[in-house]
Amino acid sequence: MDKHVIETRQLSLFYGAFQALTNIDLNIGERRITALIGPSGCGKSTLVRVFNRMNDLIEGVSVTGSVVVQGENIYKPDTDLITLRRKVGMVFQRPNPFPLSVYKNITFGLEIHRKGSNVEFPNIVEQSLRNVLLWDDLKDRLEDSAMRLTLEQQQRLCIARVLAMKPQIILMDEPCSALDPIATLKIEELMQQLKKEYTIVIVTHNMQQAARASDFTAFLYLGQVIEYGETKRIFAAPTEKQTEDYITGRFG
Amino acid sequence: MRFRKAKEFVIERLIYLSGFMSIVFVVLIFAFLLKEGLSMFWRVPISDFLFARNWYPISDPPQFGILPLILGSIFVTAGAGVISIPIGIGSALFIAEIAPRRTKEVLKAGIELLAAIPSVVIGFIGMVTLVPLIKNLFDLSTGLTALTGSITLAFMAMPTIVSIAEDAITAVPRQYREAAVAMGATKWQTTWRIVAYAARPGMVAAIMLGIGRVIGETMAVMMVTGNAALIPHSMLQPVRTLTATIAAEMGETVQGGEHYAALFAIGIVLFIVTFLINGVADVYLHKTKK
Repeated sequence: MDKHVIETRQLSLFYGAFQALTNIDLNIGERRITALIGPSGCGKSTLVRVFNRMNDLIEGVSVTGSVVVQGENIYKPDTDLITLRRKVGMVFQRPNPFPLSVYKNITFGLEIHRKGSNVEFPNIVEQSLRNVLLWDDLKDRLEDSAMRLTLEQQQRLCIARVLAMKPQIILMDEPCSALDPIATLKIEELMQQLKKEYTIVIVTHNMQQAARASDFTAFLYLGQVIEYGETKRIFAAPTEKQTEDYITGRFG
Repeated sequence: MRFRKAKEFVIERLIYLSGFMSIVFVVLIFAFLLKEGLSMFWRVPISDFLFARNWYPISDPPQFGILPLILGSIFVTAGAGVISIPIGIGSALFIAEIAPRRTKEVLKAGIELLAAIPSVVIGFIGMVTLVPLIKNLFDLSTGLTALTGSITLAFMAMPTIVSIAEDAITAVPRQYREAAVAMGATKWQTTWRIVAYAARPGMVAAIMLGIGRVIGETMAVMMVTGNAALIPHSMLQPVRTLTATIAAEMGETVQGGEHYAALFAIGIVLFIVTFLINGVADVYLHKTKK
């Protein structure tokens, strides 16, 4: 397999006394789309939030094992979360642009990371919006509030906002669940464009989406990775009974 | 069936009526103020009343210029604002965003308690602690000054500012915070650039309502400002506010007399000012809801 940008070893995660993830060993390949699937509560969202340590926001979370992102264990005590989160961007389930203008939504990341000078901002904004195919729609509306965009545009803007920070990895936590089928397809097309430059990890409850859009798929159940491999193989010939039951719709 | 319908009808009307009453009361109060106070402006033109420099209501001939009183109110209110707005907004941000749950509960209870202290008690405490302190600190002949009033009233504006601003901050959707943190924003960047920004209308409303309370406050301010109806030149001079004037002089007036009408005219001025301030607060509160 190709170069790994994320490697977890014996990763377990606890919410207080409840164990949400158990001994996860997962290698995520560079410039691939990796889908995490599984029934509700299986830990897929929890797992994706391990990679940028967003779980830290929840009280009582503890993690054992290691998570190596680009050669560095991000659960070392001296990890710089700010740099980590710049390198590992995240797109959420519901589009969550800031209640600022379109322009400011994109420059927010640049300002907090002091990336580039203000002179370059217009270029970066344009480039980021072009990457998510929003530029033509929004080039005359940069000063409009992002809250006035359609949901699909908002979600694209959220992706653009992440791209502006030049991350290496983009985590997507059910990014299409608030969108209609057409917008969903468009976002999936966009992901295919983005994977040329970025590693993408996507959580989805939609198995067709995983089958259509991803290169690798991990099936999680009750906090464990049951099966992991190339998406084609997982969907055509799963080796585990549970995987087969899930993807054929027998439970979940 | 018929009875039930009639009952529904009556109850609906009663509720409608009680809702309507609050407006009726305001209108009646304003009408009463106008009835008693408007005659003042036949005797003294409005511009003279508002901007003449002398308030000598019982000398002969009396002089009814409320400029010193207006300035007194402005000095005390502005001072209270300068003190209470930064502290109030700061503590609202702390309570809503930073404080651990236990601390938050304790602080919120404390703020509510502060709001529940009768103003005369705050005035009394100000009188025995702040007044001598200010007198000694600045080496003045009296500690009854605009500054003393400002500090005292800041205590009264604070609970309003904190609790309303805190509500506005807490109402900012979680997703904004998550998005900012996920982009690598620090706690402070998230709080200041995103959360406080999103809560801005609510914070403006909080400030306006706090200030509204200060302008209308009477008892505490009367006890600590010295009540000299002179045009103030600094925060360290005694002042008299509009409210204190009404409270202090109403007992000495003859009903229907000129002085009596002048005090009601001050009431009209106060009513309009607080009405405007609450109006602005209301506009901003509605902005937050959208």
